[in-house]
Amino acid sequence: MPEPFDTRYDMTEAIAPAGGGGGGGAVDPAASGPQGLKDRPRRLTLPWRKEPGRRLGGPAAPTGRGLWSDAWHDLRRNPVFIVSALIILFLVVIAIWPQLIASGNPYHGDLARAQDGPAPGHPFGYDLQGRDVYTRTVYGARASITVGICATLGAALLGSALGGLAGYFGGWWDALLSRIADVFFGIPILLGGLVFLSVVTSGSVWPVVGFIVLLGWPQISRIARGSVVTVKEHDYVQAARALGASSGRTLLRHIAPNAVAPVIVVATIALGTYISLEATLSFLGVGLKPPTVSWGIDISSAATQIRNAPHMLLWPAGALSITVLAFIMLGDAVRDALDPKLR
Amino acid sequence: MTRLLEVRDLRVQFRTRDGIAEAVGGVSYGVDAGRTLAVLGESGSGKSVTAQAVMGILDSPPGRITGGEVLFRGRDLLTMRAEQRRRIRGAAMAMIFQDALSALNPVITVGAQLAEMYEVHRGMSRGDAQRRAVELMDRVRIPAAGQRAGDYPHQFSGGMRQRIMIAMAMALEPDLIIADEPTTALDVTVQAQVMDLLAELRREYAMGLVLITHDLGVVADVADTIAVMYAGRIVETAPVRDLYRRPAHPYTRGLLDSVPRVDHGGGQARRGHADHGRHGGHESHGVHGAHRGGKLYAIRGAPPSPLTMPSGCPFHPRCPRAQEVCRVERPPLYEVTTDAGTDAVANTGADTESGIGSGIGSDGRTSACHFWKEELHA
Repeated sequence: MPEPFDTRYDMTEAIAPAGGGGGGGAVDPAASGPQGLKDRPRRLTLPWRKEPGRRLGGPAAPTGRGLWSDAWHDLRRNPVFIVSALIILFLVVIAIWPQLIASGNPYHGDLARAQDGPAPGHPFGYDLQGRDVYTRTVYGARASITVGICATLGAALLGSALGGLAGYFGGWWDALLSRIADVFFGIPILLGGLVFLSVVTSGSVWPVVGFIVLLGWPQISRIARGSVVTVKEHDYVQAARALGASSGRTLLRHIAPNAVAPVIVVATIALGTYISLEATLSFLGVGLKPPTVSWGIDISSAATQIRNAPHMLLWPAGALSITVLAFIMLGDAVRDALDPKLR
Repeated sequence: MTRLLEVRDLRVQFRTRDGIAEAVGGVSYGVDAGRTLAVLGESGSGKSVTAQAVMGILDSPPGRITGGEVLFRGRDLLTMRAEQRRRIRGAAMAMIFQDALSALNPVITVGAQLAEMYEVHRGMSRGDAQRRAVELMDRVRIPAAGQRAGDYPHQFSGGMRQRIMIAMAMALEPDLIIADEPTTALDVTVQAQVMDLLAELRREYAMGLVLITHDLGVVADVADTIAVMYAGRIVETAPVRDLYRRPAHPYTRGLLDSVPRVDHGGGQARRGHADHGRHGGHESHGVHGAHRGGKLYAIRGAPPSPLTMPSGCPFHPRCPRAQEVCRVERPPLYEVTTDAGTDAVANTGADTESGIGSGIGSDGRTSACHFWKEELHA
């Protein structure tokens, strides 16, 4: 797969700080592939320096270091993870400081140039109001990333707290919670969004975040519940109880760290879908509303003009696709690293 | 004198899809400080469930304690509030599990797990607790304890892990330790070391030890008293030497006979079955073949399911000595007297319990067999 490799080079060059370029990095078996030689030592020195044992050759078997360090060990060598992590890092940076790469004003419109194509200094062209598409695409990252991360954090915290408690205590609390989760599962997302969000007048991200959390937590809570039920059966949980650990301590110190992996995986993948959900809701006019800058809003206003000014649609849509793809790829890589059955 | 631990007529049921299974049907045993009681029985005899009920870590549901008392220093644990019981666990009574790999948290270093005992129960600072943890690892003879405290459980060998498990149980110097098959997951050479360590620590701290095992070899050296369990009940209780020399229950005899011996194979214990082989009429009673190089004795059949307990004595379908009465009438716990063997016949219930499971000194032998006298003098 040559293409992703190329992408990584660009990213590595652009963002990663240059490591001490010591030669001889060619030992790493994971590095085989169609790679530019000049880049090889730079990328390889970091893992290599930390682990002198690897120099002895042979694929470095992740021998006994616990789930998390094993997972990290795997991830560092997974090109999918590196690519998606770099894309996400880039997106987060421009979400926080869009002016780093876009000096213009996303609200400044020049109606004389409405729907014009690319021009010097305006590589993506102009939209219906004569605003710069490049600037708006860059500024649109903030809304998507904010919604994605906040909604995922909210859904993950709420879902794992409720699901974890249900799994640990069982009984009527479990039954009640599972039924409530079923009720929320039963709400069609788009219909629910149209109903709940159409009454909201605020154009900010928070109603959207709240709505996604409301509909997203049952998925996480099911995963968390199942995971806690599995871990609860383990001997070390019984041993902790036999040695006098309280319920809270058992749950937080002994069960949670062992049960959290599936939740992380599902939450990472869900993050991508939440971002596209925000864009969908904004497209339908019930999510974010102008003057908030959002890819969904821009896609929506560009959709009617697709035949005479496709660039208005393609750039925000492309940015959205890459963002969603990056998070889903990250989730996949994390799942592969955390699932011991795949080792 | 109140005993350290006294279990009286403990009953535990499990609700399953197929009905209610009585996993423990009235078990009574006791242990004094500084003594070792071995609870012997095959898989499914209820020995572990009894221990879990005593520790208060029985999974409920499906498990449920339906009767009996668990007296720890004279106080009934079963009527205690949950929080009060939790404080006793770990500090005054602790448990050692069979498989230390699965009984230690895989994501926490062993040093931190040991230190946690001191932090939680003694409120020590993290640094002090860490120091104590290393001392403790040293105490159970883990080489280079200071360096290994930062390692995770899976980085230790089986024997070392079990030492850490022991160290965790010993951390707060409890009065009572329940060890649930502590050596089953270990290989034979390490078994001996771990048992020695356990016995040594028990002596040093004058703890009471309840040793749950199915391994007769393990028991012989360390136990003072043995309680043999079968199908959720105690079938025989005796001081260790008496039990090995003269078992008073056919099941105990069967267990003893099924251990291969390198000394004079035929031994005294085997003669009993020579007489009764014809009752069973089963080839596994080829008693004379139990000599070295011959065929090893095996108790025929399989233990009964707790859902379909046989009538009368639960052992009767497998018993070489079974008579009509065994099929009909459940034998009470008879008090066994070794001298003349004439008196006895106490009933189950309150009047026998005082004598059950007492250590050496009071004779305190019991047997749940109608024909214990014949068995004893066989």
